[in-house]
Amino acid sequence: MKVRFVSVMTAAVLGIVILQSTAIAQGVSIDRSHAPALGPPPKVSLPPIITRELPNGLKLMIVEQHELPLVDFVLLVGSGGTVNPSGKAGVANLTASMLTEGTTGRSSLEISDQVAYLGIGLNANSNWDATTITLHTPRFQLDSSLALLADVALRPSFPTNEFERIRKNRLTDLIQLKDRPTSIANQAYAAILYGPSHPYGQSLIGNESSIQSLSTGDLVTFYRTHFFPNNSTLIIVGDVNPAQIEQKIAGLFGSWQRGTTPTYQLTEPPKATTTTVFLVDKPGAAQSSLRIGGIGVPRSTKDYFALSVMNTILGGSFTSRLNQNLRETHGYTYGARSNFDMRRSAGPFTASAEIVSAKTDSALVQFLKELNAIRDTVPAAELLKTKRYLQLGQPADFETSQQIAAALVPVALYNLPLDYYNNYVQNIETVTQGDVQRVARGYIDPGSLTIVVVGDRQSIEAGLKAVNAGPISLRDFSGQPITH
Amino acid sequence: MTIGTAGAQAVPRISYEKYTLPNGLEVILHEDHSTPIVAVNTWYHVGSGDEKPGRTGFAHLFEHIMFMGSEHVPVGVFDKDLEAAGGDNNGSTTEDRTEYHELVPSNALALALWLDSDRMGFLLPTMDLPKLDLQRNVVKNERRERVDNVPYGRADDVILAALYPKGHPYSWPVIGSMADLSAASLDDVKNFFRTYYAPNNATLTVAGDFDPAKTKTLIHQYFGDIPRGPVIPARPNVPAIVLPKDTFLVMEDRVQLPRAFYNWPTVKLFANDDAALDVLAAVLTSGKNSRLYKRLVYDMQVAQSVRASQESSRLAGYFQIDVTPKPGQNLPAIDQIIKEELQRVMTESITPRELARVQNSFRASFLNRLASVQNKADILNSYNYLAGTPDYVRQDAARYDRVTRADVQRVAKTYLTRPKVVLTVVPDGKREMMLVANGGAR
Repeated sequence: MKVRFVSVMTAAVLGIVILQSTAIAQGVSIDRSHAPALGPPPKVSLPPIITRELPNGLKLMIVEQHELPLVDFVLLVGSGGTVNPSGKAGVANLTASMLTEGTTGRSSLEISDQVAYLGIGLNANSNWDATTITLHTPRFQLDSSLALLADVALRPSFPTNEFERIRKNRLTDLIQLKDRPTSIANQAYAAILYGPSHPYGQSLIGNESSIQSLSTGDLVTFYRTHFFPNNSTLIIVGDVNPAQIEQKIAGLFGSWQRGTTPTYQLTEPPKATTTTVFLVDKPGAAQSSLRIGGIGVPRSTKDYFALSVMNTILGGSFTSRLNQNLRETHGYTYGARSNFDMRRSAGPFTASAEIVSAKTDSALVQFLKELNAIRDTVPAAELLKTKRYLQLGQPADFETSQQIAAALVPVALYNLPLDYYNNYVQNIETVTQGDVQRVARGYIDPGSLTIVVVGDRQSIEAGLKAVNAGPISLRDFSGQPITH
Repeated sequence: MTIGTAGAQAVPRISYEKYTLPNGLEVILHEDHSTPIVAVNTWYHVGSGDEKPGRTGFAHLFEHIMFMGSEHVPVGVFDKDLEAAGGDNNGSTTEDRTEYHELVPSNALALALWLDSDRMGFLLPTMDLPKLDLQRNVVKNERRERVDNVPYGRADDVILAALYPKGHPYSWPVIGSMADLSAASLDDVKNFFRTYYAPNNATLTVAGDFDPAKTKTLIHQYFGDIPRGPVIPARPNVPAIVLPKDTFLVMEDRVQLPRAFYNWPTVKLFANDDAALDVLAAVLTSGKNSRLYKRLVYDMQVAQSVRASQESSRLAGYFQIDVTPKPGQNLPAIDQIIKEELQRVMTESITPRELARVQNSFRASFLNRLASVQNKADILNSYNYLAGTPDYVRQDAARYDRVTRADVQRVAKTYLTRPKVVLTVVPDGKREMMLVANGGAR
């Protein structure tokens, strides 16, 4: 397999880019020495988003898509791991997991039985900003599956015996994650960047002591504090009649009681002022996991489109600089990438790769080179290629009902305008070389990088020292200083 | 409680047109104008099963080389031009075939055909050792990232070698060994291309928003003059695998919890009992109510995970169960429970509800597979090669509808009582944790 990337972009609709147009001549032999001239890109229009609001404040976003007899739902509750109370890391995640573990009318096993019997997908999960319950159902099972969705969302019973089972499961997950250098690197990087008192420094699934300390009471409290219709949006995409589905939703969700979600203020995370290499020893590791960067931006940044273009150039596609350099020029890795994880508050900016141990130092040199070079003016041709990639690739992100539902999640969660995707192409088009340079210089500081390396210390430490990127600080799997 | 009736939602047919160019290239076209994109999906009927001794992993390494430029497409242009047109691309290799695909806005179909035809017809003129060496390093890193540096990742190396006799096309993993990747030469690349990468060993499927007449012209223009290659060497006709006795193996790894893998030789893809074995796997470990999951993970909570699958390919198949104990739990006790549950499936029929759950889920999954043109293109190619006709999605779905409770019981009794390979991956230095005959640990 080649490696592929998910860029920071989600999706958009286009229609403004005109390349050369040539008619195809029947029967004429083709000149292979040049790429064929392409006609104008197809005009695309996203099916309209119908919005409604129930009297209790539950917002609906409905998109009709009748290609297959399938319907996708996302119930989006606007609270996630960011609002875990102090010392209770993992509570949002466990609350989500427990939604399908029992309701006032159905046991855990009954829910699981019905999901399989109906042939549907029903999953509850949480990220930093939201809790989501997704339902993927054939249309002819719509009534039964929607009733099940409403039941797990509105009437979870948080049974103690199921919680104890899930707790044990999580504690074992945490043990197993320590076998994975990539997971260790991700967690150590977050912990070092944000420190212990900021939620982003914790793991979404919590840690051993927080999981041990939680009770079902904590989950019930989280549920009662955040699961309100006026804190939620129900996204519906697929083979539905909007009026009929709205009526069904009103019947199932209309009695959900409105409430007040507390506001919260995040503490400022510490800011790195110099570059430091944090080395986590994983004896015998076949590769070194590199995570390099700093604190990035919130989703609300005014520089969203410029950052999207800049990051795609740096490490957001196969032909991006990091991947071309570290994979296609040097062969140090199977893939290198970068990403701005944009949340309600500033999430991390991360450049990363899994590097063959013997080339850990050489790879770090190349990462630093690219993180510096992106601060210079990018050539016009590279900018154009990147903009076209983002703009013209959009239709493929709106093909299935599942994709469209996923694309609407950030619209609902971050209050993006409903015509966000219709204006996306234009917004990318306006990004200039100057914008790219400005955001590269503004948001990537090679003088204050947090560099986490998880690998075989014995074979990589001397080389890392010689790179001289910054002092080396030894850390444990959780990113904490090792005391001798 | 509300439960819908699990009526049958018919799996739609995928309409298509199939023809063959004079040089032997098979072409399959499927129109779907719902989104202005086109998927181009090419299958070469060669995989790791065609590799020679000492060159394991070569088919996959060759897949990487196919992205390194060709006579009219300088190195790097393949990806750059596709990205500039808003397209994405990738490839993959299995035991049986190597697949390449592009997904592009509908105006860029000609670009994808130009790129794919050039590497089919004109790969060797610009091929050299530095290109091979570069992708050799990338692939070695792929093996490190996906196998060597992943807990339990090296289990397949050991299982396949024990399950299949020496020289069997499936007796080594697709990714190959580091030593064999090191040994691959430029001559190997040239010979492999000349032997297998000919139009008469490939099928080109185009699915999505295109004009069929114009597309046929383009395909003719780009692919029609690529010369037919020599007759493709036949794969050895492998007999069904019969193990003389149980084999118990152990492998140390950088893990904290052991994991046991049970493997029974079964039947190949689309053979008579293949679907019933898929259903058996789901009855055992799909969902909280499945037999092994419910007993080991849900009720007793002695295992962290348990998974079963019928791994079937073109020439052979095997049934695998793997189980990971929770900390402090011992594998021999879990082994005993697995034996009990398998015995129960063999002696008593499963319930109608158990069968209905699995059949309904399978039926829905067939519908889901038709949602994207990229997936439909791959399905058409897959059925064309492995089932003998692109028009097989409804027959494939019907295989699962036909499975009876008696079938599930019968295949459990037939296959899971035969000699097996049991591998225990243990934490470094803990070989005493391995499962051995008669259910004990060593």
